[in-house]
This record gives sequence, structure tokens and C-alpha cells, in this order.
Amino acid sequence: MAWVNAIIEGILTGGLYALFACGLSLMFGVMKVVNLAHGDLAVVGGYIAVGIILLHVPVLWSVVIVVPIMAVAGYVLQRTVIQRALDRGVLTTLIVTLGLSLVIENALLQFFSANTRGIGSGMTLVTGSFSLGSQIQIGYLLVVVFAVAVAVLLGLQYFLSRSTYGRLIRAVADDKEAAQLAGANYRHVFGVAAGLALATVALGGIAYGMYIDLDPTAGTDTILLFAFVAVVIGGLGSLWGTLVGGIVLGVAQQIGAQINISDELIAGYIVFLAILVLRPQGLISRRAQT
Amino acid sequence: MTASVDGQRPEDTPLLEVGDLVVHHGQLKALDQVSFQVFPGEVYAIIGANGAGKSTLLRTIAGLHHPTSGTVLFDGQNVTGLRPEHRARQGIVMVPEGRRLFESLSVEENLKVGATYARKGPWTIERVYETFSWMRDRRGQRAGQLSGGEQQTVAIGRALVANPRVLLLDELSLGLAPVVVQRIYTMLPQILQTGLTVLLVEQDVSQALRVASHIHCLLEGRTTLQGTPAEVTAEEVEEAYFGLASAVGATPHARLDADGQSGKGSEPPWRG
Repeated sequence: MAWVNAIIEGILTGGLYALFACGLSLMFGVMKVVNLAHGDLAVVGGYIAVGIILLHVPVLWSVVIVVPIMAVAGYVLQRTVIQRALDRGVLTTLIVTLGLSLVIENALLQFFSANTRGIGSGMTLVTGSFSLGSQIQIGYLLVVVFAVAVAVLLGLQYFLSRSTYGRLIRAVADDKEAAQLAGANYRHVFGVAAGLALATVALGGIAYGMYIDLDPTAGTDTILLFAFVAVVIGGLGSLWGTLVGGIVLGVAQQIGAQINISDELIAGYIVFLAILVLRPQGLISRRAQT
Repeated sequence: MTASVDGQRPEDTPLLEVGDLVVHHGQLKALDQVSFQVFPGEVYAIIGANGAGKSTLLRTIAGLHHPTSGTVLFDGQNVTGLRPEHRARQGIVMVPEGRRLFESLSVEENLKVGATYARKGPWTIERVYETFSWMRDRRGQRAGQLSGGEQQTVAIGRALVANPRVLLLDELSLGLAPVVVQRIYTMLPQILQTGLTVLLVEQDVSQALRVASHIHCLLEGRTTLQGTPAEVTAEEVEEAYFGLASAVGATPHARLDADGQSGKGSEPPWRG
């Protein structure tokens, strides 16, 4: 039964990883930018929530406030720093976002110290769980985060496939020059995509603060890394692939932890490596998805 | 077509006016002092060999290249510094070389993107379907799965739904079978009925001479010949196109008179 428990927990953790990964995948898919500061920006979102909660704002309201803040921050960041890097070539964006990641991490260390901070540690949502039968215990938080992740992916998919702006985002991703000839300002469209990406990863950062604890280095050490693994397992550029990849990673980690608690991380990377070797295009490749 | 082919040019003010355009690709001078005017209702054809600067000229007018010097006036307004998307919204719409459809989008989505920032005008997606009837049945198909000729037609439709005032067509025939090219060009008059002005670039000279009300030949970035198809002889075109002889051609600034007198006898610009 412990195994069943582990697998269920692994699947649900996949939702958290999907929140880390879908923004990374979106930015890569639309503007070919690998945002190495993606995880750190999630942590920034988490810390902003921590700050808002300190002002006696209820935890759930802090989420409502943080997401639009991070969306605007994403737009501004894209239109200023990242776009300028992009104008000098895609490789420049790697260096610039790496620099951004270092700056954010050290700024967080400066302001918040290296101590960890949790979000909503007294809430039933965060600490509570329910039982299925006598052996299986599932935390409320993981279920809620999974549901949020599915809702986010559904929302993104609906937005991208049905709305005028979503259509423009896909058009710009296909051919930004042709989109300009159709009257679209691709820089603005990029900004919107980056805003969406940071809005989703802010949710990931807050969920991470609830599930584990925030610390200034979690962005690169955990969130970005898991996001990458989930994106590559799932398939580059595929939105639902991030959930599939997240689930595969989560299950592998939980099974690894069942074998030996210190094998949690290595189990995830072994699966990652196996998929890179056996199916390098990812489980859901973009072309096959259509 | 409102422009006549007997040498008369419309009396209106030019819709598009290119003045002394110089464009560099790095060190290479792709266009050198090119000037011309396009009047409303005209089909103005830029012809020339590979590397003559035709596409560069069209892309500069669309705003995708920045000229080193010179101006692009649209309806009397200087648009030289304007970004391509703003030119498109004002009515300078280009069908780029190689179609450049949004390949992961469906045919209909391609048209919808084209219509997003459209001006008011006669063209709607519905009208495109009426003009190209096969497109309606296949509107859900991915643009990337269409044949080259079909893609070219969708690319034209995508430009039309923006209701351009001047439509820039860059090498419609590129990579297409002659039959397909023929079919696309025979639709041109139907498109022109809606009051469009067309500036097209074509390597296929006979095709250009057939549809154009005015032709303009480029050689290595310079103007070598201008005139109506009726005014120019095949020999003149050949020489202006390949730059073989020395006696025929026009200076970059001169344009043939209505009676086709000027230009001849002057020293070709690519010499000396």
C-alpha cells in the first residue's frame, strides 16, 4: 500500500511540476527563449506572497494579488531586458537570463536571508490530508495544486486556441516577420506570452512555498531544474507535455524515495536520462500532437 | 485595372513614392538611388535577375529593411521610419517571398490573423472564400499541409483580408509550376477590381509584361529601364535585365515619357 500511496503522491506532485514547467515551455515555444531565471522568478512570486501575508492579508487573497503582479512583471521584463537580449541573438538571452537569475538570487538572500519561509503553514489546506481506505493518505494541498495545474493548462489551451490574442501568439511563434506584415507588433505579443508565463510560475512558486519551504536558492536548485526535466520528458513546446513530464518525474521520484529515501532525486534523473536516450523528442512531441 | 496600358499614366497623385532609396546589406549596396512612383490602380512590376535588389526593395517598402538613405512616401506621408506592423495597418501589405504562412495554424486561422488589424474595406474572409472556392472546404486544414500553389493563394488571401491600399507581391512564381503560376496570375484582374494598387516583383519577365501597367527593371541595385510594357521592346528589356549592351537604358532618375522617347541613348548607370 505504501507503493500505491507513493504513486498517487507522485502523480499529484506532477501538477506542481507542471506549474513550474508550463511557463518555461511557453516562452521557449513562442520566442525561443530559455529563461534561466524562470525558477527564481517563481521564488520572487512566493516571497511577494510572503510579504503580502505579513500585512495580514489572507493567504488565498495573496495569490489573487501576486499573479497579476507577476504577469505585469513578466511583460515589463520581456519588453525591456529579454527583448534587448533577443535582438542580439538567441544565445544572448541565455547569458542575460543567467545573469538575471544570479541577481535575483542574491537580492533575495540580501533581503530575506538564507532562512527558509513557508506559506500558510497553519492552514488545513496546507497541512491537512484525507484518507482513502485505511492505508492511503492524501494531502489536500497536492490535490488542490494538481487541480489548479489542470485548470491553468486548460485555460492556456483555450486562450491559445480560441482567442484572437492566442492566435496571434501562435502566429508570432511560427513566423514573427510574417506576423508583422499582418500588422502584429510581435514585441507586444512576446510581452503578453512572458506575462502569461510568469503568472503561471508565480502560482508554482507559491505552491512550492506551501508544499516545501521557500529559500532564495530554490529557484535554480529545484524549480528550474524540475521544470527543465518535465519539459524535456513531456516534449518541447507541448503544454500538456509539461503535465505528463511532471507526472513521470513525480512518480519516479516517489518510487525512488520508497526504495531508499536518498534515491528520490536520482530516480527522477534516471528516468529523465532514459527518455532522452529512448525518446529524445519527449513523450508528447509537438508535431505528433497537431 | 484602371491604369491604361497605352502609355498614359493616371493623373492622380502617387499612392507610393520611393525617392533615392539606398539600402545596404552589411557592406553590400543592395539598392542604389532607386526612385519611382506608383499611382492608384496601377500594377507596377519590378523585374530583374537574381540579386538585382528586387526583394530588398519590396521589403524596404514594407518596413522590414531600413534604408541607408532615401524616403518612402505613402499617400503623401513619409513612412520611412515606420515599423512594418504600422505600415501594414495603414494599408501597405506584403505577400512575402516563399509564402511564409503560419504553418501550424489552419487556413482559416491564417486568414483571421491577416484580418486582425484590417482596415475597413471590401475584403472579408467570406469574400476570399468566394473568390477561391476550394479554400472554404479546406479551411480547417493546417497551412503547412497545403501544396505550394495553395499556400501561395492563402498567402494572398491573408494579405487581402487586411484590405491593403497597395499590395506588395514578392515573387509569386517562386518554386511553383508554370501552370500554377498562370492560374494565380489569371486571378489578378479579379482582385484588382476591388480598387487595389499592386506593386509586384517578378523574375519571370513575360509574366510581368503580361499583367503590368508599368515595369521597372533593376540591375545590381540600380534602375536600368522604366516604362509601360507597350513602350519597351524585348531587346531593351533583355539588355536592362542582363546589362549586356551599353547603349540602352535609363538613368536612375529619368523616366520614360508617355511617348516612350526618353531614356534611350543615355549612358547606362552601371557603367562609369
